[in-house]
Amino acid sequence: MNVLVFAEHQHKKFSKVALVAVKAGQVLAEKTGGTCSAAVLGTDVEGLATELASYGLKTVYAVEHPALEHYVADAHAQALANLAKEKGLDAVVATASAIGKDLLPRVAVRLNAGIACDITDITDGGGFERPMYAGNAIAAISIETPHKVVSVRATAFDAAAKGAAGSVEKVAATIDTGALRMKFVSFNETKSDRPVLTEARIVVSGGRGLKNGENFTIVLEPLVDAMGAAMGASRAAVDAGFVPNDLQVGQTGKVVAPELYVAVGISGAIQHLAGMKDSKVIVAINKDEEAPIFQVADYGLVADLFKAVPEMKDAVDKLKHH
Amino acid sequence: MKILVAAKRVPDPNATIKVRPDGSGIVTDNVKYVVNPFCEIAIEEALRIKEKQGGAEVVLVSVGGKAAQEQLRTGLAMGADRAILVLSETEVEPAIVARVIAKLTESEKPDLVLMGKQAIDDDSNVVGQMVAEMLGWAQATYASEVKLAADKQSAVVTREVDGGLEDLEIKLPGVITTDLRLNEPRYASLPGIMKARKKELKEIPLAEVGVDTAPTIKIQKLEPPPKRQAGKKVGSVQELVDLLHSEAKVI
Repeated sequence: MNVLVFAEHQHKKFSKVALVAVKAGQVLAEKTGGTCSAAVLGTDVEGLATELASYGLKTVYAVEHPALEHYVADAHAQALANLAKEKGLDAVVATASAIGKDLLPRVAVRLNAGIACDITDITDGGGFERPMYAGNAIAAISIETPHKVVSVRATAFDAAAKGAAGSVEKVAATIDTGALRMKFVSFNETKSDRPVLTEARIVVSGGRGLKNGENFTIVLEPLVDAMGAAMGASRAAVDAGFVPNDLQVGQTGKVVAPELYVAVGISGAIQHLAGMKDSKVIVAINKDEEAPIFQVADYGLVADLFKAVPEMKDAVDKLKHH
Repeated sequence: MKILVAAKRVPDPNATIKVRPDGSGIVTDNVKYVVNPFCEIAIEEALRIKEKQGGAEVVLVSVGGKAAQEQLRTGLAMGADRAILVLSETEVEPAIVARVIAKLTESEKPDLVLMGKQAIDDDSNVVGQMVAEMLGWAQATYASEVKLAADKQSAVVTREVDGGLEDLEIKLPGVITTDLRLNEPRYASLPGIMKARKKELKEIPLAEVGVDTAPTIKIQKLEPPPKRQAGKKVGSVQELVDLLHSEAKVI
């Protein structure tokens, strides 16, 4: 199968998830006996395409059009599906990020393709595995159509490594601008000096046990920063308005798999576990020793978080100064 | 103004889901079913738009078995005006659900289609986007705020995306899918429940809708996920930090 990877970028920089999509695309091409190419969509993206070509791709298409200046689903779907058709590519792969999930279903409709979402594995012969029911079931699925569209869970594959340099081809995107009905207005970026939640080596998350948003700031954040971690939250904490939704770890939020995940005051509802149980080491701090989070934790501490968290911050600080 | 809202019957999000030993599906005995939480948020948003506009028709649609009547009645009790149940006793894949909803817009002619961003059973997150593309409409997924223009020809939607919030302007008719923080759905009132019994709930067999029902994907089998072993309890913060440093070697 000849694969086309949609390489997502923001402000002309690739995030780690773009290289994860490349890796998954290469695995799919390898397992089905085909080539792997990629597309970078936007305005003036030839430099980005050249950068990506060194990751062992056959061709990287720099797909340009004024309508692609900002990410919008309708224009991007047209450009990407038309490119796949024009270049005779069978499968389109992207990361299951906010953009990937927004875009690929439209591409699938345009290509009359079946779509496998949020896949965690590619089997020999080109089948897929994906979690369902908040990760309580792993489904083996096949796509029954000639064209195939696949979104990839970012934590399930490594980032692609540098390899042989492929060619770069500049393409003017085929877009019927008369059919466009969406317009980007503005992006209000959450400003943070901390690592990106989905890419961090350590994640410290807080739950309803923190009681209010202020305690996230005065109790949890000093520990987060002492550990050089990203901050996450349970859905309960987000629902209660303690912290913004983009910190939510879980089935309907972000899926993370850091080296260390510290769950503070989080009971461990099914839908939260779905977002973090593939972390390498899990620590739970909760005063309720029956909390389900302890069933997945490598290290559990039954304690009052308001005492334990500041203590842990001091202990981490001390460790760093040794 | 007319708003079409999708409502899916799903297992209670707090229920423990187990895979059948033969891998053909999940164990459904004694599982409680509810309206998919994101669909509930979509119904609530439609009702709020209706109340703000001082009138609009809110039509629910579900694709599922007879049992989905229960979830549609819940939506009617919240305040929706009528409901359509497209009947299929076998599981219908997301792409075919999208075709059904797109097809129904031909006769219903809604100004807006509101849906949840994903159903919490198959976790696909595709139907809203597919409906929009099939119709050549705009979409705004992961909505946390919806502002309709006074002339109802467009809307500005705040979307929960990676790293922040995006404002997107869409022309109507369009599809909006809901995220968690768009609103807090109301509970059905007792008078609402009484009234819902008399509201129209039309059933149409899937075969009569007039869409291609050939599968685009196939679920070969389900397996339970690998189990994670519980580790050890530690006695103090100091012990925890020491173990993370010397044993787990992660700090």
